[in-house]
Amino acid sequence: MAANVLFDAPGPNTRRRHLVYSVVFVVVILSALTWVGFKLKSAGQFEPRIFEDLFASNILKALFDGMLNTLKAAALAIVLSVVLGFLLAVGRLSDHRLVAVPCRWVIEFFRAVPLLLLIILIFGLLGGRGMETSTRGLISLVGGLMLYNGAVLAEVFRAGIGAVPKGQSEAAYAIGMRKTQVMNIVLVPQAVRIMLPTIISQCVVVLKDTSLGFIVAYGELLRETRLVAQFVNNNLWPYLLAALMYIVLNSIVSAVATYAQKRSAGRGSKSDTPAAVEGAGMETGRAGAAAV
Amino acid sequence: MNVFSDNWRAILTAFGITVEMTLIAGVIALVVGFLLAALRVSPIPLARGAAASYVRLIRNTPLLLIMLIFAFGLPELDFRPRFNLNKVFGVQDQSPLLNFDIFFLFATIALGMYTAAFVCEAVRSGVNSISIGQAEAARSIGMTFSQTVREVILPQAFRAVIPPLASIMIAMTKNSSLAAGVGVTEAAFLMRKLTNDNGDKVFLIFMGFAIGYIVLVAIISATASFLERKVGTA
Repeated sequence: MAANVLFDAPGPNTRRRHLVYSVVFVVVILSALTWVGFKLKSAGQFEPRIFEDLFASNILKALFDGMLNTLKAAALAIVLSVVLGFLLAVGRLSDHRLVAVPCRWVIEFFRAVPLLLLIILIFGLLGGRGMETSTRGLISLVGGLMLYNGAVLAEVFRAGIGAVPKGQSEAAYAIGMRKTQVMNIVLVPQAVRIMLPTIISQCVVVLKDTSLGFIVAYGELLRETRLVAQFVNNNLWPYLLAALMYIVLNSIVSAVATYAQKRSAGRGSKSDTPAAVEGAGMETGRAGAAAV
Repeated sequence: MNVFSDNWRAILTAFGITVEMTLIAGVIALVVGFLLAALRVSPIPLARGAAASYVRLIRNTPLLLIMLIFAFGLPELDFRPRFNLNKVFGVQDQSPLLNFDIFFLFATIALGMYTAAFVCEAVRSGVNSISIGQAEAARSIGMTFSQTVREVILPQAFRAVIPPLASIMIAMTKNSSLAAGVGVTEAAFLMRKLTNDNGDKVFLIFMGFAIGYIVLVAIISATASFLERKVGTA
């Protein structure tokens, strides 16, 4: 619903009233910011020494290395979870109940368990083998992300296949294609276009979740930030800097997702495409698939 | 010896802290989320923009980072609240369930404020899912903006919003495990400790804690379907 149905175009009185609200709002925000600023100043958070320490070249390099490690873990995790998700979705859609039912259980289980538990599990299983700490951290982080996001993506794939209009598969069966052919030639190519935006926005989730590497001592951005914070003896600015880096990275990925959505909606030139995209997002169900 | 029978008290306490976090953060998330959603559909452009920027910033920042900013950054501002209800109730045997230290409080507030952004989006798309004729009819019989929203849109949107809110609450329950990263002794924290101490029983311990979380998730799911039926028949 367009927001402008809820209210009329404001007249001169209303505009004046809204201006008053806006001014009050700005004053409140500004005074809150000023208060925080004074608090920060009295806590000595604006000492130039802090920023000299923080923007020293070795510190920035540590953060940059952390970011590269974050990207490495995210890229590995995304590729592996797309593969796992594809396999699970194929199994889940199988006509053989002996395959479909266990796949469904696996998907439901990994979606219901917190990601951190999976990471701690793999980290624990890898213990006592004299493995290097950073490798152990990377494997447990990527493994956990793969299991969790593989299960989430499996449901996305299934919903995407389900969102292709029914007539498509009926027509394919009617001209004598077998199930494999219907899948490979008719359904999957159309489904990929429908679910591409959802898959890319799942990448934002993966990128954010690599921060859990912090807990298993993998040197990703957040871990490096913590070390930097201890090194420069400041618990505020390094984290804010890291937040900025995450926001920039994720905004880039989100922009790609928006672009893909526009493109897929435009190229289809079918009126039902946007609705189908919406459907692919909605149908993934309730078991914690919300990209929170 | 059996890990679970030896540590049942600690495990119950840890899950108790998880439940406490979930409940408090859930209230924060719902209240702040609904307020943000109200700002996001309001007639004032500045309010819409402010709410939209909040959602955008929060959605692109990892929860663990927000928790770290709250737990380590805010104490630098000499902001150190702490509620030890053990003293209030005069409990002799100090229970960690009643001792809300700053890490618990800040992690919980961070979880609530983070989840609020997602609640805002869910409520907004719930409002958008109401047929446009409803708002038009309300406006045409002369209802104001706040009357339209309060009397017509929200009661209907509430029903549409229950399933997505339930999945957000479920995700929040799972996300509460990240508080282990700032030293809150909740379930995931205890699981990490137990797996460190019992290297040979890692998988067993994992299954135990996983089942604990699945039970919590099932409770939220059941509550949501109950609410949905209740609102649906009204």
